[in-house]
Amino acid sequence: MAALDHAPPPFFKRGPAPLALLSFYVAFAVALFVLDLRFHALDALRQAISLGVDPLQRLAQAPLRMLAEGSEYFVALETLENENRALKAAQLEAAPDLLRLAQLEAENERLRRLLDLQARDKAVGRAARILYTARDPFSRRVYLDKGQQQNLVPGQPVIDEKGIVGQVTRVFPFSAEVTLITDKQQAVPVQILRTGQRSVVFGLGNGQVELKYIPANADVQVGDLLVTSGLDGIYLPGFPVAQVAHVERDSAYAFARIVATPTAAVEHHGVVMVLDPHPPQAPHPEPLPEKSGQKTKSAASTRKH
Amino acid sequence: MQATHKSSRILQPVRPWFIVFSLFLALLLNMLPTRQWLFMPDWVLLTLCFWHVREWRKVGMGWAFTLGLAMDVADGAALGQHALAYVLAAYGAMTLSRRMLWFPLSLQALHVLPLMLLAQAIQLLIRSMAGGDFPGWGQFIAPLIATLLWGPLSLLLLLPQYQPVERDENRPI
Repeated sequence: MAALDHAPPPFFKRGPAPLALLSFYVAFAVALFVLDLRFHALDALRQAISLGVDPLQRLAQAPLRMLAEGSEYFVALETLENENRALKAAQLEAAPDLLRLAQLEAENERLRRLLDLQARDKAVGRAARILYTARDPFSRRVYLDKGQQQNLVPGQPVIDEKGIVGQVTRVFPFSAEVTLITDKQQAVPVQILRTGQRSVVFGLGNGQVELKYIPANADVQVGDLLVTSGLDGIYLPGFPVAQVAHVERDSAYAFARIVATPTAAVEHHGVVMVLDPHPPQAPHPEPLPEKSGQKTKSAASTRKH
Repeated sequence: MQATHKSSRILQPVRPWFIVFSLFLALLLNMLPTRQWLFMPDWVLLTLCFWHVREWRKVGMGWAFTLGLAMDVADGAALGQHALAYVLAAYGAMTLSRRMLWFPLSLQALHVLPLMLLAQAIQLLIRSMAGGDFPGWGQFIAPLIATLLWGPLSLLLLLPQYQPVERDENRPI
């Protein structure tokens, strides 16, 4: 029997058995997605892989981009003239508001100082181009052409000329991932412009958002504009988010079902603005008075951003 | 190993660079902005399955795993989602390869269908655990289309391996 224990010398080098390899890879993959989904611990690995994948993705998008830009080049003169006229009209229409904006802002600041309120944050940002949409059908995300090299950080809000588009969720060396407000996992704190009522909108995953936790008898009408409330410290207050498209009041439920359409061209390609992050404010505005005077001073200065 | 159903033609050995090249092309095809069309097949998965059926000695499961990770990052999906689906499909293709090559292309495609469905179902399972949207039943059309593409793809990828037909009286094969 002992002689049979000796395996014959391998004729062909085959490595480990396929089943052993399979279990190894499956265990590895499961470990990876548990680490990624539960603990968000693999950003460095993702960034490293993206260094290789990102050029490929740009390469794959290049022909389409060239096609799109080429067709833009050959656009008819008439179309351009029409567009130019429309833009001029829009600019003229906005002029009364825009011209007095500087004066209004100054007045607002003065009044706020008189009332001893915190100064309103100014929105500063930088333009970025949407490179491509993620192929993942399970989520609503786009990629921008700016990344760590341009000092983007996760959490920055992204807007276009009509409202909030989304939020930077991952940053790669040369690109950044933006989760759109229509993604199912994205929430934006808003208030109804007409009534001032605060709530949160969640993405529905089908290009619309849902206003949640509004009582069935609340004053919400179709056409109401939802603007950011700024309560989360991420989005500055006052940016348009969505317009109420459909209100359904069912007495069986405590809350009304309110569906809204984003005002920004959320799911279209184009140029967007990434707003600079502003430091989060303390959740409790009044900390306990501390013993040393220096500490309270520094705490006050950090709060006053 | 090389016994194809239709002919007894002996194929030339595959060139390694061609395997790499075809997988690279599949990766590029996958990265085209085709997200709106749920029925687009997963080109990388299909090409990987092909090479695992044909050349499982040369193309190991490590390839499937690596390409899966690349697709995960490209899609912004959970890391390991594509990798797991690809590795399981690759193992299935390897196990089926000895059986499949005795069948004509249309019946080979039927063997491929469960692999594609399995990969799609695994991805759906992982994403619903992670709380993603349900993209609709249209996504299960993609494996069907991939199955239909098996025949043309096989012919295309085997093209460089066909030998010129030379009749030699002394060597009748």
